[in-house]
Amino acid sequence: MSSCSGDDEKAGMDRRGLLQSAGAFAATMLAPGVTLYAFGGGEAEALQARPADQPASPKQRWGMLIDLNKCSTGCNACVTACKDYNGWQDTGRADIDPQWIRKVTLKDPQTGVERSAPVMCQHCASPPCVDVCPTGASMKRADGIVLVNKHICIGCRYCMMACPFKARSFIHEDETGQKVNNPSGKGTVEGCTLCVDRVDAGQRPACVEACAKEGGALIFGDLKDPQSEISQALRKLPSTKLRADLGVDPGVQYANLT
Amino acid sequence: MAQIKFQRLSSASPTFWMLVLAHVGVVAAGLGAALFMETNGHRVTGMTNQIVWGTPHVFAVFLIVSASGALNVASVSSVFSRLAYKPFARLSGILAISLLAGGLAVLVLDLGRPDRLLVAMTTYNFRSIFAWNIYLYTGFMAIVVAYLFSMMDRRVSKMTAVNKTFGWAAFSWRLILTTGTGSIFGFLVARDAVSGGVMAPLFIASSLVYGLAFTVLVLLMMSIETHETLCTREMISKFRGLLIIFSLTVLFLTAILHVSKIYAAPTRAVEAFILLDGGVYPLVFWGGQVFLGNILPLLMLAYMPRAHSKRNTLGLASILFLVGGLAQMYVVIIGTQAFPLNIFPGYEVSSTFGDGAINAYSPSLPEILLGLSGISIAMLIATAAFRLLPFLPHGVPVDAHGVAQEAEEAMAEAGAAA
Repeated sequence: MSSCSGDDEKAGMDRRGLLQSAGAFAATMLAPGVTLYAFGGGEAEALQARPADQPASPKQRWGMLIDLNKCSTGCNACVTACKDYNGWQDTGRADIDPQWIRKVTLKDPQTGVERSAPVMCQHCASPPCVDVCPTGASMKRADGIVLVNKHICIGCRYCMMACPFKARSFIHEDETGQKVNNPSGKGTVEGCTLCVDRVDAGQRPACVEACAKEGGALIFGDLKDPQSEISQALRKLPSTKLRADLGVDPGVQYANLT
Repeated sequence: MAQIKFQRLSSASPTFWMLVLAHVGVVAAGLGAALFMETNGHRVTGMTNQIVWGTPHVFAVFLIVSASGALNVASVSSVFSRLAYKPFARLSGILAISLLAGGLAVLVLDLGRPDRLLVAMTTYNFRSIFAWNIYLYTGFMAIVVAYLFSMMDRRVSKMTAVNKTFGWAAFSWRLILTTGTGSIFGFLVARDAVSGGVMAPLFIASSLVYGLAFTVLVLLMMSIETHETLCTREMISKFRGLLIIFSLTVLFLTAILHVSKIYAAPTRAVEAFILLDGGVYPLVFWGGQVFLGNILPLLMLAYMPRAHSKRNTLGLASILFLVGGLAQMYVVIIGTQAFPLNIFPGYEVSSTFGDGAINAYSPSLPEILLGLSGISIAMLIATAAFRLLPFLPHGVPVDAHGVAQEAEEAMAEAGAAA
């Protein structure tokens, strides 16, 4: 009897385990869709989560298309979302505030026409910040996302000198209340990660999610996948890369800039 | 040539100890400033997310560039076989090491995470010119130590081939080192004011001026301390000639840098900023680097008086060259960052992150103290070396006319004036 009850117990545990696994599987598969729906991005393509035991793949190149016709001057949703998700904080002094993403107002001096453009790390294919970093803390993942390894960043700021887009920030003082996904710290450099943890989980970056509820100016996806939303949009919209003359091949592109 | 004798610095004059004490004070202040910056973060400095390299970098790069040039005298002696320079070769070598140590100390103490120095020494990205420089700097020190050994060891110093080999190695290494330092800026493709290949030869020429100026000043100071005429009239004349040539080269390459950028339409705006309407930067460039740091000392050296005041003139000119060097580094490092990056060519831009705006910078006291401490660290290392080992020449052979003629000239001038 005891063995029978033991078998039942084991069978019960197996059933629970099976149900838990099925639940986890369903959650993993559905979560991105649910999240997209919750953020109002229901029409956007579903992204594939990267299994934790798989390295980032060079078969993908994550990028972003920013349609300036849909980006309004007064909207700051992308900046707020990035700040909230990644936890970078105001310091009380604008000149030392970190800014992973900022809204730049562009004025054509001839026509006086103004437009607004979000600027963040451009996740270049040939990133100058990665080239100059003495320790290799500045690095590019196989899927094109440019990151800072904060464990080996010595705070020399050479990457900030080299970045053509002023996309990196140095942390000038102690911080509190950092987010788990961004273990920020005094004396190191940081910048837009394309919300790498979200991307790995099959979600879109926080700024893209937030923008989808506003003008929908930001499209995120795999530049190497011809069927991806971003690739299709790039085929339709004339787009430019910032400082294309430098040949660093940014992964972020701007539509309707001219 | 008669065998050269060397001596240790044995001076114990009140002036000497006061100078040492002053340097110790500055180093202590610099270390205190570094600790203050490390504890509070770079918030307490004038550096920001727009001006990311500040006064410490001005001093650090200035000292590193000077270090390479300080080896001039030794190189001229060993590589170009000019015997007149040989008595000063040891001093030249140890001064090069001292200046490099001072510059590197400032650079390291300014890091956001100086506690990760070991990471910087063990984890390399070989695409980075900065990483290469870590090798170039440590290699420079090792080669110059070996070079000094080849000059100072009783047996090895008699092996001319060995000395010559190390001399060539140090000479080649220092050229590569300064090329690397100049390239730190030249490789910055987005920084219109400095990007380009001319930065490497410009830094090499600059190193020749600063390094020789430091050597001259140390020689003059040691002449006072040892009560010997270490800087003979012959050497004054040679140093004068070299400084004139090096300074003219710096001016020429500086002109090339700016003219080439003025010629190209995309870089005209930054040139106008540096040369004309950039507030403090044109002032530092024209007033500090060009006039005080080159034209004035050049005129002083060109119209050098004939009497014994030559020594003072050479000393003053050397100080001015160093002031010009600091001004040059200020413009190159900080002026470059003060001008906004051209991210959207053709548009007027503005943002909460200073896009399109001139970036303000005011050096803070901790930064200045840290920077000055680099010079004091260099001077203390050199002084300690002078006291421990025979780096200074003793009984430097004076030229045919020697000091006696200087005195005669001085008397003749005094008579003429009367």
